[in-house]
Amino acid sequence: MRVTEAYFDTASAAPLHPAARQAFAAALDDGWADPARLYSRARRARQLLDAARGATAEVLGVRPDELSFTAGGTAAAHAAVLGGLAGRARAGNGFTHSAIEHSAVLHAAEQHVAAGGSAREVGVDRVGRVDLEAFTAAVAAPGTALAALISASHEVGTVQPVAAAAEACGQHGVPLYVDAAQSVGRVPVPEGWSLLTASAHKWGGPPGIGLLVVRKGTRFLPPGPTDDRTDRTPDLPAVVAASASLRAATTEAAALAERHRALVDRIRSTVAATVPDVEVVGDPVDRLPHLVTFSCLYVDGEALLHALDRRGFAVSSGSSCTSSTLTPSHVLVAMGVLSHGNVRVSLHRDSTDAEVDRFLAELPGIVADLRAEAGVGNL
Amino acid sequence: MILETLDCRGQRCPLPVIALARRLPELPVGATLRVLADDPAAASDIPAWCRMRGQHYAGSPEPHAFDVRRER
Repeated sequence: MRVTEAYFDTASAAPLHPAARQAFAAALDDGWADPARLYSRARRARQLLDAARGATAEVLGVRPDELSFTAGGTAAAHAAVLGGLAGRARAGNGFTHSAIEHSAVLHAAEQHVAAGGSAREVGVDRVGRVDLEAFTAAVAAPGTALAALISASHEVGTVQPVAAAAEACGQHGVPLYVDAAQSVGRVPVPEGWSLLTASAHKWGGPPGIGLLVVRKGTRFLPPGPTDDRTDRTPDLPAVVAASASLRAATTEAAALAERHRALVDRIRSTVAATVPDVEVVGDPVDRLPHLVTFSCLYVDGEALLHALDRRGFAVSSGSSCTSSTLTPSHVLVAMGVLSHGNVRVSLHRDSTDAEVDRFLAELPGIVADLRAEAGVGNL
Repeated sequence: MILETLDCRGQRCPLPVIALARRLPELPVGATLRVLADDPAAASDIPAWCRMRGQHYAGSPEPHAFDVRRER
């Protein structure tokens, strides 16, 4: 990372937490043997894996045997959706999900539909909160096998009514899957769900480690060939690092959230006041602490992203021109908000007031320059 | 009725929205402008622009067509 670079894309990948680095190095020395073998060195590796699983389960408030480590958050989401649906095949083949799920969940839904299943998408309001009444009605429909609701929007930060959705699901005997990738390690996740996934590199762990929790009593049939081992990807040093950093991040979470909330509040109010024709999106209060999204009218999202990068700001965008498929963010579309000129800022534990101040000082000029170049300054 | 059609097919967002913002104020209040745009972002960005600018989004009569009435 350049010294002058302000990294504001933690929601894509958080910088490695120091606790992860330390644990990773120690586990490389001590935990390289196959934990399934029977000699002392293998038993040592098994102990490390069991300790990592125990510590992670404790943070999540679940039993260790309910938790699996997967090859990343995407793999965990795919397994949760397809395994949750397969386990409930006798109840039906209906999958209910919000319109603002992560693309990993939507891709799994597409595969389910391609295989003959059905999926029902439930819309959101202008701030990006799921229509709970419609969600409840969809869950109550006969043949619903599984429902999915993201804990909080990864694109606009709006917290979702997970507890109420879980209650509605419970009344109809439908398991609820919660993608908690943006919440775990930062904010508490309400109870009542049956399946939950998370991703280590969103809280400062290494990439390539996901968490999949299947509560006891939930019918679940893991997709793909079955294996006699519960964790098919025992990248032990990374698992140990993920566990150590989750514990550290959770310990710091409350204080960090308070600091991030203040910075995000400042970004929300300053951007709205200093950049003309900007739409700050997402719930202003009931939201993730570290993330804020806004769209600038008449501005090309890709041009804005590159202009910010040249000034040393790393952000992401939901604008169509920045996506590989040239389609706008499905989250912004579902909310009915402006999708071009879009910027998502997400903070990490080492983000500073000075970085945010510099961003807020430079942004109005950057947007004004782009509008002047495009000849839209007076529209 | 549609007073005029603005063909923005083949243009990437935000260009169709910019073309709309340029042309609509030149039409009389109450007139409806049809914007043809096949960029997938237009379907959300044109209604959003209407909301931000206090103009009336009159719906999409067919794919890639969006009607906007000048309110003010």
